[in-house]
Amino acid sequence: MYAFNYQNPKSVADAAAALSKGGDAKLLAGGQSLIAAMKLRLSAPTDLIDLGGIAELTGIKVEGTSITIGAMTRHAEVASSKEVQARIPALASLAGSIGDRMVRNMGTIGGSLAHNDPVADYPAAVLGLDATVNTNKRNIAADDFFKGMFETALQTGEIIVSVSFPVPKRAAYIKFKNPASRYAIVGVMAADTGKGVRVAVTGAASSVFRVAEMEQALAAKWSPDAVAGVSVPAGKLNSDMHASAEYRAHLVTVMARRAVAAAQ
Amino acid sequence: MKISMTVNGKPVSAEVESRTLLVTFIRENLRLTGTHVGCDTSQCGACTIHLNGRAVKSCNVLAIQAEGADILTIEGLARPDGTLHPMQEAFREHHGLQCGFCTPGMVMSAVDLVKNFPDPSEETIRAELDGNLCRCTGYHNIVKAVKAAAANM
Repeated sequence: MYAFNYQNPKSVADAAAALSKGGDAKLLAGGQSLIAAMKLRLSAPTDLIDLGGIAELTGIKVEGTSITIGAMTRHAEVASSKEVQARIPALASLAGSIGDRMVRNMGTIGGSLAHNDPVADYPAAVLGLDATVNTNKRNIAADDFFKGMFETALQTGEIIVSVSFPVPKRAAYIKFKNPASRYAIVGVMAADTGKGVRVAVTGAASSVFRVAEMEQALAAKWSPDAVAGVSVPAGKLNSDMHASAEYRAHLVTVMARRAVAAAQ
Repeated sequence: MKISMTVNGKPVSAEVESRTLLVTFIRENLRLTGTHVGCDTSQCGACTIHLNGRAVKSCNVLAIQAEGADILTIEGLARPDGTLHPMQEAFREHHGLQCGFCTPGMVMSAVDLVKNFPDPSEETIRAELDGNLCRCTGYHNIVKAVKAAAANM
């Protein structure tokens, strides 16, 4: 990778100040996507601002009927958290399915969401569970956060501090894994949030999306049969060496049925 | 920049570039070449070590991210008198390797696996080792070795 200046701020305020100093600075969270990209020279920031030393970004807190997870919380911590397992088992299970154990020991929820890889898992959790992304500047609703491939609503200098998940009535995440990378070829989070039904699909398109027709069908009756007849058009879905757009469209319905069946 | 950490129980420090990978620091600065670079793209797991008690892929971590950390490599598993760690002994007993290239990473990953799953089923072992690739063995004896070691740990 190309050389860069390394900074190690101890607070979010210091990190934001470092970001605003100019140059082409990037935040380093778990590094599991960023370092790999920098090694391939797909990313070449002039400055790397390491969030790993900022204590206020870690921790899992239960607050009434929601769970707030610090942006630097590792996937392994979310997966093994007794609080998350008890209240939002779908989220613990999703976190435990990311990559492999070594990747989960370093990768973070904040890094995953800020990166918004089209085949990442956390976007389906945030969109499907109607979470709120809390930054150093504002709180962003899930429906407003994901803009496109590797693109989010985050502005320059904006840092994710935590993510708040309302506890759903029931939810499940089922993904069809790429057998080599374990990324989602298609991953579906189906949730009855208590404020409505949400079905979020990742891996299939340029960014995570909801399937309104499935949500309406499930609101009438929560059953796998309700979504069995609903298919998404293949037109906007990804086609690559792992799966054609048509196969991904097929998988969306299959994974949705399985997620609804699994959500108790 | 100067970095300091504990590696296999001993304090070390060195001058490195900020872009130096942890695996490079371990292999080239510290001359601990038991940790291997297989794919260099964080898929194969041959570079697996323990950072603050957790298995990580050292080819996908910067050395500076390990500042102040407690690092354990394959060289630090056996006892000072040479007695093999139960996981190493199990790999020997159950022929869990052929060429041996994936083995240090496989052993380090398996030790972490058993710490998290003290009595793992075969299914759990196969699933939890999915970050470690072996081209020689077909995994059967690796799984047997991990199962046997778990019983002795």
